[in-house]
Amino acid sequence: MAKVPVQFRLNGSDRAAFADPADSLLTVLRRGLNDFGPKYGCGQGTCGTCSVLIDGGLRLACLTLAASCEGASIETVSGMADGPNLHPLQTAFMEHFAAQCGFCTPGMLTAAKALLDRNPNPSREDVIDAIAGNICRCTGYEPIIQAILAAARTLPAQRRS
Amino acid sequence: MARYKGRGMASVNYPIGMNLGGDPSQALIHSNPDGKFTVALSAIDLGQGMKQVTRQVAAETLGVPIEDVYVDTADSDTGPHDMGSFASRGTHRMGNAVIAAAREARGVLLEAAAEELEVNAADLVTDGKGNIHVKGAPSRAITVRATAQAAQFKQGKTIAGRGIFLIPLSSVDPETGEMNPNTAFAHACLVADVEVDDETGEVSVLGMSSAYELGRVINPKMVEQQLVGGAWMGISHALYETPEPYYPNPDHGPRDFNEYLMPGPGDLAPYSITILERPAPDGPFGGKGPGEMCANPVLPAVANAVYNAVGVRVNDLPITPEKILRGIRANGGAKPQARRGGAL
Repeated sequence: MAKVPVQFRLNGSDRAAFADPADSLLTVLRRGLNDFGPKYGCGQGTCGTCSVLIDGGLRLACLTLAASCEGASIETVSGMADGPNLHPLQTAFMEHFAAQCGFCTPGMLTAAKALLDRNPNPSREDVIDAIAGNICRCTGYEPIIQAILAAARTLPAQRRS
Repeated sequence: MARYKGRGMASVNYPIGMNLGGDPSQALIHSNPDGKFTVALSAIDLGQGMKQVTRQVAAETLGVPIEDVYVDTADSDTGPHDMGSFASRGTHRMGNAVIAAAREARGVLLEAAAEELEVNAADLVTDGKGNIHVKGAPSRAITVRATAQAAQFKQGKTIAGRGIFLIPLSSVDPETGEMNPNTAFAHACLVADVEVDDETGEVSVLGMSSAYELGRVINPKMVEQQLVGGAWMGISHALYETPEPYYPNPDHGPRDFNEYLMPGPGDLAPYSITILERPAPDGPFGGKGPGEMCANPVLPAVANAVYNAVGVRVNDLPITPEKILRGIRANGGAKPQARRGGAL
C-alpha cells in the first residue's frame, strides 16, 4: 500500500513521517519518529501504557490511526519534562516510589497529566477514575494514587482555585 | 440474602533462594580511572530494586559514596555467572556476592593508597565521602579518585574484586530423609477481613494487616513498595486471575485484559504493614529480602476469611463467585463460622 505523509506537532515541534494508511499513531511515534516514551503493551486498547494527549485529550496511540492525526498537536511522556526540570508529576512519582518495573509509567503519567490539566484539585476518587484505564502489575496502584495527589498539591495555588 | 463478614489469617515461613547446585551468584567490581566503581552482575532488576540494593551494599563495603557506584546488569552473556532473579534470592545471594567482591576491591584500593601515602594499608580507613586517610590522622589523606589514577597510570594496578556466594550443599540423609535445603528464612503473618455476598457470591476485601520479618531492611521504602504491590497481587491471585477457569477444559479462558480479571485502582483494600528486623547471620548486613512472600500469605488468608464468613472451603484458585455459590448451595445456605480477634 502506498505510504501517506502525516504531519503533526509532537511535544512542540513540527514533525512529519511517511505512514502506511493502516499504521497506528503508536507505530509512527516509535518506529518513524523514534519517540519510545509511549509503550506497546497489549496493542488493543486495554492496558493504557501507549496513552498520549492529542489536542489535549487522553487517547490510546495503539488504537489511533496515524493518518487521522494530520495537523494535530500530540504530547507524549517524552515531552513532559522541561529540559532538565522534571514535571511535578514525574518528581512525585519518584518521591512516592510509584514505579517498579516502569512499563505502565508513561501511560500513568500521561493519564495523570490529562487529569491535572482539567482538574488541578482532584479528589482520591477523581484520581482513581483518571487511571482506571491503565493497568499496573507491580505497585498495587496505591503509590501511584498518592503520587498524583501529591503532585496536585505542588501545583501553583492559582491553578488549584 | 445477606452479606457476611469474615476474618482469615495465614502465616508463612519463607525460604530465601534455593539449594540446587549451591545457588551461586557472582559479582565483579572494578574502579574506573575517575575513582568510581562499576559492579557487574548478570542477575537483572525486574523493578524490585535489586540494582539499588546491590549499589548500597557495594558502596557500604567499599567505603565510598553511593553516587560513585554504578551497577551494570547489561548482559548475561558477558557478565559473571548468576542463577538469576527469582526465588526471592536477589538481596541475599547477590548482596553476599557483591560484599565479597567489594571487600577484595577495597583491599587493593587501600594498598594502592598506602603506596601513595607511604604508610601501612592496615592503618587506613575510608570516610565514605571519597577520601582515604590514616586512622586517627585525617590530614594524612588521599582521595579515592587520586588513588584510582595512581593505580591506573603509575602503579600499574587494577583496583578490582571478585565475589561469589555459594550456600553449603545439602544432601538427603538416607536414614531419615532429612535435608537442610536452605540457610535463611523470612517470616510473615497476615490477617484479611472480607465480606461475602451470599446472593452474588462476590467477595470484597475490606482490609488487611500484616507483620513481615525480613532480616535487616536494606532499603525501607523499597520493602514497603514491594509489600504493598505484592499484597495487591495476592488479592488478584486469590479472587480474580486465571487463564483457564475450567481447567483442564480450556473453554471460557480470557483472551485479553478485558477478560483476564485483575483488581483496578478502585478495588484497593486498606493495608497496614509492620516490619520486624531479625538480621540473618549469613545475609548481607543481615538482609533476607521480601520477594515472592509479599503475595503468598494473602491467598490462604483470603480463603480462610471466606470460610469464616460463609462456611465454604474453596480449595482451588481463584475463589470465584461461582465456586462460592456452589458451596453455599451444597451446604444448604451460608454457614458463618465463629470469629476471634474482635470486631471487623
